[in-house]
Amino acid sequence: MDVVVCCKLVPDLVEELEVNEAGTDLDWAAVRWVLNEFDDHALEEALLLKESTGARVTVLVPEADGAEEVLYTALAKGADRAIRLTGLPPGAGSRALAAAFSQVLPSVGYDVILTGVQAVDDVDGQVGGLLSGMLGLPYVGVVTGVEVDWQARRAVVRKEYAGGVVEELEVDLPAVLGVQSARKPPRYAPVSKVRQLMREGKAEALPAELPAVPRAAVRRVFRPQTDRRAQILQGPAEQAAAQLVAILEERGLLRR
Amino acid sequence: MAEVMVFAERQGDSLAEVTYELLAAGRQLSEALGCELSALLVGPGAGGLASGLGSADVVVCAEDPQLAHFTPDGTLQVLEAAVQERSPRLVLLPSTSQGLDLAAPLAARTGLPLVAYCRELWAEDGVVVARSQVYGGKLMVEVALPERGIACLLPGSVSAEAGRAPGTPRVEFLSVPAVSARARFRQRFEAEAGDVDITREDILVAVGRGIGDRENLSLVEELAEALGGAVCASRPLVDSGWLPKNRQVGKSGLVVKPKLYLAVGISGAPEHLEGMKDSELIVAVNTDARAPIFDVAHYGVVADLFDFLPALTEAVRQRKG
Repeated sequence: MDVVVCCKLVPDLVEELEVNEAGTDLDWAAVRWVLNEFDDHALEEALLLKESTGARVTVLVPEADGAEEVLYTALAKGADRAIRLTGLPPGAGSRALAAAFSQVLPSVGYDVILTGVQAVDDVDGQVGGLLSGMLGLPYVGVVTGVEVDWQARRAVVRKEYAGGVVEELEVDLPAVLGVQSARKPPRYAPVSKVRQLMREGKAEALPAELPAVPRAAVRRVFRPQTDRRAQILQGPAEQAAAQLVAILEERGLLRR
Repeated sequence: MAEVMVFAERQGDSLAEVTYELLAAGRQLSEALGCELSALLVGPGAGGLASGLGSADVVVCAEDPQLAHFTPDGTLQVLEAAVQERSPRLVLLPSTSQGLDLAAPLAARTGLPLVAYCRELWAEDGVVVARSQVYGGKLMVEVALPERGIACLLPGSVSAEAGRAPGTPRVEFLSVPAVSARARFRQRFEAEAGDVDITREDILVAVGRGIGDRENLSLVEELAEALGGAVCASRPLVDSGWLPKNRQVGKSGLVVKPKLYLAVGISGAPEHLEGMKDSELIVAVNTDARAPIFDVAHYGVVADLFDFLPALTEAVRQRKG
């Protein structure tokens, strides 16, 4: 009854992203790393499975600035094991990361592998789908809820489609599931508890070899040119609001 | 057989709109590469739908009755068999809920490189070049596929028109060993109807992560009330449980085309833009002047929401009397 959550850290989009001088990659030294938001939902779904079925939850995170925070936050939320994957440089790509996960997962042990359905930097694919192909396991993505029958070795998952349509699928275990959103919003962990666990130093480390994976050669990384920029209404709030009201009125959008 | 192969996504008994976009992109590539364009059509009735894929040279059908419903694992088995048998130069898939379940596993199983979230694809001297839109639309990554590969196209990136060209493609049937899907369809739930149908509202005030705290939603509700519109939201707010699913705009939510779409604290991730870019008038309010939402908005206000929203609500109320 092992649920493993494979997480990745991604550049925080709140910060300005800097492209390197050659224009071929991000300037990794300037990046602030945060947990992929979908992985936070994958972790929440794993913790819900722990609560409902007694599963053991293990979290895997590749080494980077911010990884410790993610590992100990996961432990504070209720994960049983937190493992830092060492040996992967920043910007290795989702496929290399998936290959690294596939190296260590057999020794970690798994029945259900959860990942976030996608991440903002998945140029070369999504970790969950890639991982399933590498491990020869079935995959379902865009998942919004998981229930597991451990005895029958089956999961029942809800998968989302455009327009709010949802389908229920039955999946043989072990399987990889790409989580879009957990059944409940991700829980918070008290900072004091995270700090306390950090002092106890319970997180483990596992080395991974940087794998060689097929990857399309990057020619350049650039900010998109747009041909349609909004006309910005200037001035303090009241002034901009007055301009906007005039525009709405002119278009007949302020009828009573 | 160096062909460009398109995965023809179905919606039940018809073809998904994105399929024609894939065919349009695939047609251009196959002509530039000097090869054929094939379309893989999976499930019972595939042969009957093949005539709708006129812009392809050949439609490859796999009619296994087990594939009556899309199942990620079953469809993947067929797709992999087709790729093994036909060795396409490029496989084109949609960046949709179905495509997301197929592309990455296919890449790993076949060892082919994958480019996700493509906005543009073209060929230069036999090399396929793709532009992938990543980092929430803030950056584009241009990559080259000199040899075989897989690309996922974001819906809405190319005009579907060229993909609808009439024609009479050859129809071939793929012989696949009996599919044994490890993920099986159980049941389908249509979108839940709620108190408000945001696809029918003339005025929508859309709220995103920039609103900060749940308590601040009242600012947006007051503005919507003053305007006589409804509140909708981007995915993160719905995932957080702040607003119900039937208020979600975007790729995994609803597509809306109101007369006024006022986006508040929404940065404008591609998945969100997909659901609202055809609104008649788009106004965006955001603190970040570089937010992608300003690329689709007609008017923008770069301001602190907590100053601007009350000012706008007040101004609307005064004007309406």
